[in-house]
Amino acid sequence: MITRRRFIAAGSAGLLAGCDRLNNSQAFRGVLRSAEALTMRAQRLVSPRDALAREFSEADLSPIFRSNGTSMPGTTDYARHLAEDFANWRVTVDGLVARPLSIPVQLLRSLPHRVQITRHDCVEGWSAIGKWHGVPLSKVLDAARLSPRANYIVFHCADRFGDKPYYESIDLIDAFHPQTILAVGMNGRLLPVPNGAPVRLRVERQLGYKHAKYIQRIQAVESLAGVYGGKGGYWEDTTDYEWYAGI
Amino acid sequence: MGLLVIVMLMSGLMILNAHPRLYWGAYGANFDHAWLALQGRPFPGWATIPSTYNLAAARRWHLAFAWVLVTGLVVFLAVSLWNRHIQRDLVPKSGQLKPGGIWDDIKAHARLRFPTGEAALHYNILQKISYVAVIFLLIPLMILSGLTMSPAMDAAWPWLVDLFGGRQSARSIHFLCAAALLLFIVVHLLMVVLAGPINEVRSMITGRFRVPVE
Repeated sequence: MITRRRFIAAGSAGLLAGCDRLNNSQAFRGVLRSAEALTMRAQRLVSPRDALAREFSEADLSPIFRSNGTSMPGTTDYARHLAEDFANWRVTVDGLVARPLSIPVQLLRSLPHRVQITRHDCVEGWSAIGKWHGVPLSKVLDAARLSPRANYIVFHCADRFGDKPYYESIDLIDAFHPQTILAVGMNGRLLPVPNGAPVRLRVERQLGYKHAKYIQRIQAVESLAGVYGGKGGYWEDTTDYEWYAGI
Repeated sequence: MGLLVIVMLMSGLMILNAHPRLYWGAYGANFDHAWLALQGRPFPGWATIPSTYNLAAARRWHLAFAWVLVTGLVVFLAVSLWNRHIQRDLVPKSGQLKPGGIWDDIKAHARLRFPTGEAALHYNILQKISYVAVIFLLIPLMILSGLTMSPAMDAAWPWLVDLFGGRQSARSIHFLCAAALLLFIVVHLLMVVLAGPINEVRSMITGRFRVPVE
């Protein structure tokens, strides 16, 4: 009984100092990280594969849809594309596909669109409702004839954080979800620059940082290990955000 | 359990530090009306996990310990129903819920007159009401409003957002329940201290309790 009482006393006294020390321990962080896989498995277990995120009406739109992360990619390359009204912007599709593609953004704009009014949830806590127009990613992947070896779809973006390019990745369950689209329009207009012009990802069952903006290349891979830091995304590599951002 | 709740509160405050504004309804961001709008990173290091600003780490703590908390709650409920702790000790006895009885207990608490003799062996009615409210109302509300903030859960269980009237409302309710839980912890600890901390804590852990005499 003494051990338990001592445990409680030591636990509460050491809580403040201890938490920071635990947070710096690789082993403890590994234990914390294992919760991500548990959460993903549990959420996938209770989610029908194609369970749709709620779609709203025009009346529910946020008056101002704030942008976050990059609001203007600062590269000369992007400035040139912007000056050209993205006339020469292409999205390449490569990696584990039988037929690599290089899709002009005008083609993406003219293909049949899915239109969805959905809620965007930032990891920081805020939400905004916007209307998105875009091509289902599944159509693009089908056209490129995805290899059965592919497990993940990686999105390479034009924006840079310091010298590091932004990128994100999702697995095939989200890639083939009906609401996962390459959005070229927002709220009835062409996609504005702060929101990812000329093309961004919408992956409606995950948090905002997964919704890669300024997409230039879509790469199908077997494993995320060989891509940049290996954790599947810029924030995942640099600040330890979860790769699975369903919560 | 108590330590777990404190870890959840402290990592939760760090998460709130990332966007210390609360809204009602489905959406809410910087340009929308907030019912609570704090500036900067309002919660100081001694109140957060980790102590310096780190949203990613705070989320890791919060979402991992949420599993431990839910597991602990389920085990507690199962064991307490099985050994009849809930039915025997927590459910108010007939007559206890009369306004007069509750008022007498409020007066006794306010005068810091704690039960003695036989009465000290049972939870008094204010204790029962607050314990039942925490176990069956506050903590389930915390869990459900927490799940409602998950975009994947909202797709899987759309009734969650309807229950709270939108994701940002759920976030506000999550915070208000956390504040209520903190108030409960403070009052509970205060009462334990005032009622004789050594005797009370020993009884909580070992079941050995020295009955106060008149």
